[in-house]
Amino acid sequence: MDKLLRILDTNARLSNEQLAVMLGAKAEDIAAAIAQYEADGVIRGYKALIDWDRACTDHVTALIELRVTPKRDLGFEEIAKKIMLFDEVESVYLMSGGYDLAVLISGKNFKDIALFVAHRLSPMDSVLSTATHFVLRRYKDSGIVFCDTDHDERGNVSL
Amino acid sequence: MIDYSKILPEKVVKMKPSGIRKFFDIANEMDNVISLGVGEPDFQTPWTIRDAAILSLERGQTRYTSNWGLMELRKEIANYLKRRFDISYDPKNEIVVTVGGSEGIDICIRALLNEGDEVLIPEPCFVCYDPIVSLCGGVPVPVPTKAEDNFRLTPEALKARITPKTKLLILPYPNNPTGAVMRREHLEAIAEVIRGTDIMVLSDEIYSELTYSSSHVSIASLEGMWERTIVINGFSKSYSMTGWRLGYACGPEPILHQMIKIHQFAIMCAPSTSQYAAIEALRHCDPQIRMMVEDYDMRRRLTADGFNRIGLSCFEPEGAFYVFPCIKSTGLSSEEFCEKLLFSKRVAVVPGNAFGASGEGYIRVSYSYSVEHIIEAIKRIEEFINTL
Repeated sequence: MDKLLRILDTNARLSNEQLAVMLGAKAEDIAAAIAQYEADGVIRGYKALIDWDRACTDHVTALIELRVTPKRDLGFEEIAKKIMLFDEVESVYLMSGGYDLAVLISGKNFKDIALFVAHRLSPMDSVLSTATHFVLRRYKDSGIVFCDTDHDERGNVSL
Repeated sequence: MIDYSKILPEKVVKMKPSGIRKFFDIANEMDNVISLGVGEPDFQTPWTIRDAAILSLERGQTRYTSNWGLMELRKEIANYLKRRFDISYDPKNEIVVTVGGSEGIDICIRALLNEGDEVLIPEPCFVCYDPIVSLCGGVPVPVPTKAEDNFRLTPEALKARITPKTKLLILPYPNNPTGAVMRREHLEAIAEVIRGTDIMVLSDEIYSELTYSSSHVSIASLEGMWERTIVINGFSKSYSMTGWRLGYACGPEPILHQMIKIHQFAIMCAPSTSQYAAIEALRHCDPQIRMMVEDYDMRRRLTADGFNRIGLSCFEPEGAFYVFPCIKSTGLSSEEFCEKLLFSKRVAVVPGNAFGASGEGYIRVSYSYSVEHIIEAIKRIEEFINTL
């Protein structure tokens, strides 16, 4: 059922009936497969991909590079799990390379985020340093192009 | 003032412009159309192919190639045809690289026809065969195919139209516009009729990678057929490379030897940049083809099911990226249906009769569009039918 995941990864709003037709399966089998994926934690959730710039809502995103001291026996788990508890935090990744944790944060404005870093992240025990990078423009996100509207160069009809 | 009507040759003036010109003009000028009307892939050419073309430009590989095409490319084509369809061609003198499959079709017909020769053309089909045959002084003989036969060419229909003047059979499968496919057993039945005659076959296999329920079989791979078949294929549909204009024709040397002369004088050689790109396509892009085919397959099921659901019955197409629903239940002609649909719901599809008289009563629907797009278009078509 890899194909099912591949479709859901690009469009999670198709009905089970539509998915069944596309995959040559039965709708109840699709429903069961999705339920199983959800139960197993393979599918973690469903959400819309919103271009907040177009929605005219104040919305700023930043990527924070965090260098931290790993704890004996716990490694990076403890600090990562603490950080993810904040509502402002969208994503936390353990990274290879020049820093340890990448934290994606969103807020209403630049100041919100700067204060969050200063008041919440920096003072944490194992945090050695932070570097905050604000997202200025989103060209593509989760496989979807944000910067232009798609224009079909092929015209409307051809043989 | 020159009276052009006096100087223009009748053969050319009589050529019908392709498709339903008026409808096409209107449809292509209209904005905000949800179209299921185009005959080319929606995927981008895979990046590595584009990159190979850029590299060839950076290296300054911008000269004419051999008339036959780059030897490196012809060798890759030979490897590909062997591994995919088990047909063998000598890259030296049995493969010519052409400007799209279209040029291959053109030079093949031109090389084979004498004045008055008859050419059997299964219809509905792509629109180029008939006018090229006529231009060569040949006689196009349409062989209508039917929905009840899944739009396959049957040996009975073929036999009924063979005369002492029959020179060539066009075999356009997988088929645009119907999506029909000739499986091995169907080709065997055709080969049975053709073997032992002097009739040649032009097998237009441009959609050969896009089959969904069985692997494509080339008629040239059947016993006794290699010697009487010219295979046309290319990169447009399989690698999503329509604008690169690159195809090839393969067949017995005595025929290729004639075709290459026409090619040499009319074209010189296919675009070199496209040829370098195509080498990369054949060497490394099997996985991209599989990915595209998988995607088309899902959309194919969704589209065919969508039309059956809204009461426009369509047989399950097994190849290309078209479905061919029957619209006879609406009481409208193909053209009326398409025009009304376009004006009232801004959905564009192609009237079936653009592909020959036997396409009347059908529409061609392309599923080389995103799933969301297909769902929206079918929803609008359903609304349209409910207003009739």
